[in-house]
Amino acid sequence: MNFYHYASPSTFYHLAGKVIPWAAWTAAILTVVGLYIGFFVAPTDFQQGEAYRIIFIHVPAAWMGMLIYLAMAFWGAIGLAFNARLPFLMMRALVPTGAMFTFVALWTGAAWGKPMWGAWWVWDARLTSTLILLFLYIGTVALWSAIDDVKRSDRAGALLTLIGVINVPIIYFSVIWWNTLHQGSTVSFTHAPKMATTMLQGMMIMTLAAWAYAIAVALVRVRRLILERERKTEWVNEILSEGS
Amino acid sequence: MEWASWSDFWDMGGRGFFVWISYGVTAVAVLAEIVWLRRAASQSRSRLVRMQQWDSQEESNQ
Repeated sequence: MNFYHYASPSTFYHLAGKVIPWAAWTAAILTVVGLYIGFFVAPTDFQQGEAYRIIFIHVPAAWMGMLIYLAMAFWGAIGLAFNARLPFLMMRALVPTGAMFTFVALWTGAAWGKPMWGAWWVWDARLTSTLILLFLYIGTVALWSAIDDVKRSDRAGALLTLIGVINVPIIYFSVIWWNTLHQGSTVSFTHAPKMATTMLQGMMIMTLAAWAYAIAVALVRVRRLILERERKTEWVNEILSEGS
Repeated sequence: MEWASWSDFWDMGGRGFFVWISYGVTAVAVLAEIVWLRRAASQSRSRLVRMQQWDSQEESNQ
């Protein structure tokens, strides 16, 4: 297999175009299935009542917020190491979606914290490090728009992400390292086994839906970025004149 | 099935407000991203087409 073939912007542009509808439909179908399980199959939690149903978006969103940042750091490292253009565009394509998921994680966390802890927000290690993650996403966008030269802008953003990625394990292990108000990992429900299974299924399906959504949205965005960056090339001219 | 009726469902055991602001804002955030994405794509496309037309005019003028 020729890796460089897929790394060429024109090949990637067309490949991404084929993947998008599949990813989008997968996301839509899994969301419906996941929400159905979350609201109609999963039982009431014996400690938290019905409020726990926020988990079906809270945990997938929090995972995606961290995972997308890891993916950005990965593409940033590849871009810096191989001096390639496409990885930097992948980074740019991921940022808004990562920020969106992190915001959703914080918002749903607040709405869950209020009835459970009696507070929308506490300066606990898990919550604070997640807020820092949101600021890192916003900071990356700010840094990019502050630097006019595209190459320098790409590299600066990648460098910032490679430093900021230290925050991801801090978020992940915060509930172990510090005495936090936030509960420990959810993927170890020790309630009645039958409950655990349907709750876990709903959460996992919603996580897969979030993955598929992130892939679809990031690919749509990267295709636009590729056209903008490659606008002087023959193949982009052809696409633009086709009007398709 | 966990729910006796639809009003029981919307009530979410008295926690309806918290559950629905979570799901509601998430839905808005996702839809906003999709709308924004589509608009950015079409704006970018028309800008690129305009730039292409300028470029070809410049070439023909030379």
